[in-house]
Amino acid sequence: MATKVLMEALSPTMEEGRLVEWKKAEGAAVKVGEILAEVETDKAVMDLQARAEGVLLKQAITPGTTVPVGQLVGVIGSAGEDIAGLLGASAAGSAGVPAPPPASAQARTAAVATTPGATAAAAAATPAPGPAPTPTAGGRVKASPLARRMAADRGVDLAGVQGSGPEGRIVVRDLSTGARVTPGLRAEGEAFIEVPLSQIRKTIAKRLTQSIGPVPTFYLTTEIDMERVAEAREALNQSAQRGGAGEEAAKVSFNDIVLKATAMALRQHARCNAWWQDDRIRYWNEVHLSVAVAIEDGLITPVVRHADQKTLREIAVEVRSLATRARERRLTPDQYTGGTFSVSNLGMFEIDQFTAVINPPEAGILAVGSVQAKPVAVEGRVEVRRRMRVTMSCDHRVIDGATGAGFLRTLKGMLENPLAML
Amino acid sequence: MATAKTARKADTRLAERYRALLRQMQLIRRFEEKAGEAYSLGKIGGFCHLYIGQEAVAVGCLSQLRPDDYITATYREHGHALARGLTPRAVMAELFGKATGCSGGKGGSMHLFDASRGFLGGHGIVGGHIPLTAGIGFAIKYREQDQVSVCFFGEAAINNGAFHEALNMAGIWKLPCIFICENNRYGMGTALDRATATWNISERAASYDMAREVVDGQDLLEVMAAMERAVVRARRPAAPTLLEIRTYRFVGHSMSDPIHGHYRTKEEVEAHRKRDPIILWGDRLKADGLIDDAGIEALDAEVKAAVLDAFEFAEQSPDPEPEALWDHVYAPTGEASGIRRQASPAALPPTPDA
Amino acid sequence: MPTLTYRDALNQALREEMARDPDVFLMGEEVGVYQGAYKVSRGLLEEFGPTRVVDTPITELGFAGVGVGAAMVGLRPIIEFMTWNFALLAIDQIVNSAAKMRYMSNGQVGVPIVFRGPAGAALQLGAQHSQSFEAMYAHIPGLKVVMPATPADAKGLLKSAIRDDDPIVFMEGEMLYNTKGEVPDGEHLVPIGVADIKRAGNQVSLFCYSKTVSLALKAAEQLDAEGISAEVIDLRTIRPLDLETVFGSVSRTHRAVIVEEGWPFAGAGAQLVDEIQRGVFDELDAPILRVTGADVPMPYNKHLEKAAKVSPEKVVLAVKRVLYLE
Repeated sequence: MATKVLMEALSPTMEEGRLVEWKKAEGAAVKVGEILAEVETDKAVMDLQARAEGVLLKQAITPGTTVPVGQLVGVIGSAGEDIAGLLGASAAGSAGVPAPPPASAQARTAAVATTPGATAAAAAATPAPGPAPTPTAGGRVKASPLARRMAADRGVDLAGVQGSGPEGRIVVRDLSTGARVTPGLRAEGEAFIEVPLSQIRKTIAKRLTQSIGPVPTFYLTTEIDMERVAEAREALNQSAQRGGAGEEAAKVSFNDIVLKATAMALRQHARCNAWWQDDRIRYWNEVHLSVAVAIEDGLITPVVRHADQKTLREIAVEVRSLATRARERRLTPDQYTGGTFSVSNLGMFEIDQFTAVINPPEAGILAVGSVQAKPVAVEGRVEVRRRMRVTMSCDHRVIDGATGAGFLRTLKGMLENPLAML
Repeated sequence: MATAKTARKADTRLAERYRALLRQMQLIRRFEEKAGEAYSLGKIGGFCHLYIGQEAVAVGCLSQLRPDDYITATYREHGHALARGLTPRAVMAELFGKATGCSGGKGGSMHLFDASRGFLGGHGIVGGHIPLTAGIGFAIKYREQDQVSVCFFGEAAINNGAFHEALNMAGIWKLPCIFICENNRYGMGTALDRATATWNISERAASYDMAREVVDGQDLLEVMAAMERAVVRARRPAAPTLLEIRTYRFVGHSMSDPIHGHYRTKEEVEAHRKRDPIILWGDRLKADGLIDDAGIEALDAEVKAAVLDAFEFAEQSPDPEPEALWDHVYAPTGEASGIRRQASPAALPPTPDA
Repeated sequence: MPTLTYRDALNQALREEMARDPDVFLMGEEVGVYQGAYKVSRGLLEEFGPTRVVDTPITELGFAGVGVGAAMVGLRPIIEFMTWNFALLAIDQIVNSAAKMRYMSNGQVGVPIVFRGPAGAALQLGAQHSQSFEAMYAHIPGLKVVMPATPADAKGLLKSAIRDDDPIVFMEGEMLYNTKGEVPDGEHLVPIGVADIKRAGNQVSLFCYSKTVSLALKAAEQLDAEGISAEVIDLRTIRPLDLETVFGSVSRTHRAVIVEEGWPFAGAGAQLVDEIQRGVFDELDAPILRVTGADVPMPYNKHLEKAAKVSPEKVVLAVKRVLYLE
């Protein structure tokens, strides 16, 4: 009687495996314990061993195919044995179990559909909602003219937005929150208020969940002496003023210098300048820095392209312009996508140190704290110096501890000796 | 009062004047004939009401007015406009809807205007302009001036409330108005006795404590005489008059109406044609030795030439500019009140992309 | 600033304009000896005499026409209709004469006239005396339609109307005559065609005029208590519409409710809806709603009458609908 060969969990966390290579050809005799194939798991390439003796009657998947744990990959039996029923049943079985729809996802959809959106009081006054509204009745997305325009401005695809208006009409409140468009927020005396998720909030949640969940993140912190950067910065800004170009835009901030240094350090550490792409890693030769900017109802990361090739002043001007556009919601999609590494700076909020959440598919983000004067030992003496703490979050799938540490060491060196940068 | 007898011995100025009145009537006749022709050629559109047969009324009445007096009329007003001195060119061009017309081509046959001559319009709603005449009379009296306000309307208008209301107020306030009812016996196709309980229209003036006369409208001299008396009453101290001037329309109500139609017989029209006001006045001048046949022929030739000139002028004149569509809906300025002028809805194209 | 009733503010405007310009006169039923059916013309006969304060017979078509005729030759008549319901008898003069004269004479003859009187429903006056005709007149090119809501606007707009060179339909709120407000002394002119933001807000625009302004303001207060911020725009002039202000407000609030006393079909608000959807389509987050009088002749019974009229409650409901709260 034939025996199924199934994809096995070859690591404690393995959910699926990619068949790298068959070690036995169809028709070859196998013994229990012999290696049938090589399988790449989430951690390594492992051997898939035969659990039965006989002939490998069928290679059910081809090399390079990834299948979930438990799925049929081959059949071992007696030569000439009819295994059609086995394969058919198995195919039907696997078709019936397509990555089981997560119950939680269903629940989420239902919750959204039945959340009328505003205050509890308003919800009570709303006629019981019928079945989940279909935003794309007849393939057409129903949206108010304003919602349509705002979605276009923000690059939001309305097809993915749940409308809360009559017959599922997408209205402005479905795109954003905030008092300006969300009436009835002043609800003193209520135990709580519920505000439906805006699209940008949904996106942030989805992406950050993706990150903190499946992304195996580790953190590296170092403290950088900023004394010389501070001096250099003052000198730069003074010379800009003397040169008559003393506009605000020409002033260089600490963050601009950090960005520049990060970009240059990344050129030397391409392993940190990379994207995780599920089945492969893309290491970038170009450096496009995502810069986190807080906006009214969330945050967005406009991208300074080719940051390594730009001067400090160019970076300073561009970052201001992008931040302004971000706050005005005038960023075009190409202005906030395509980053290769992120920098988030909370120094202006007097945050000493923090860990930032990776912005997938990027593999690293640098969290920058405030520049603070503090006593430190310099050549055996205590001196007051301006210091700054940075923490790098690394996607361990891409960056290993030593790789990240090497990058940080370069960055630290650049900032402590800014002349090397210029 | 002038009479034919005095005219016979009169100075040449009066003779000239009488010949001019003949010329005016003949001009109106030839003009209307040409207008009828132009209408059938498609050069005049809409409604077109001809005045043929009634010429003595407009010419006789308007001959008694001063240049600063005011006139309003019905939509059958080509004759009144010409008698008031509007040029045949300006009137014909208006009938053609041309920019050179007396109303810029935007009024048409029924709305001839020349404010500089006190000619305040042909009006298209039967009876609707009679209160305007009273209002003009009110303004004259308000300003303590001595002009008169004259109104021409047909006998069919007298059953309209506006007639009654206006004459009543003119009677109460003794306004310097002359209400001239041109009784041509038919309101379109409805004979007077089918529309009006009291056949004698002038009697209605009694209701308004107003002077009245019944006048033979085919006799120019009688029309002039009655109008002269009315004008004397109307100038200060003011008092209104209702003149019922009995006349006859030799043609149909409008261009779409045959000459006699179902409502009157051919014989009736022919009988009235025998009292053609122009022939009657020409005969009288001839009898008085003020003109001869050759003179009449010469006059007719001159008038025909003037009408032909008007026709050609109208034909060659340009249409109003497309932008004229939006002109004169509102006053060009509101500066007196500091009003912020803005694109009013009327000034916007009717469709977003038009 | 002195506090006056709407009625006395109108009286002041008439008095000042008649004193300023000898061509201005007042004509209508009971305007003189009786001192005005609603006492708007109180004292004017004594001050200006019977030539300039003219009592007429009950003959609306006639005296409207007399006014138009007088205006055609340069006077500036103010024609009072005891109510706009009676002006239906005069509509030929307003529409066919006053509104057309300038156009069909190719600009030769203008008609600087003001037709004025109370409009809209009062209390239990029944079907023939409780009507709002602003849409009918605003439909006519050549007319301007002015509807003040406050004593100050009543004075300032009437003075501007009298000085305007075009025929003006000036509709006073019958229920507003006794309302009080501060009114600037002397030369106070409110331009025709300019709306007024009576209350600023940012979540919904309430467009209203004449009597409905106070209803909209009440509704706005009620909404404020519920945390909803409504902007109240008094149009003041129905034609020409101040589209600049209208579009500006809708661009801020993205929602509009129009409050009008008249009937819904082809009402003044319908024009506003058309203008808004054409002018600032992309600003709208909800269909524009109109709160109008019921589409029936006005009943006499007071409960039925109340049901037929606009009210702050109806406005509040409409606002919640455009905010998707109902």
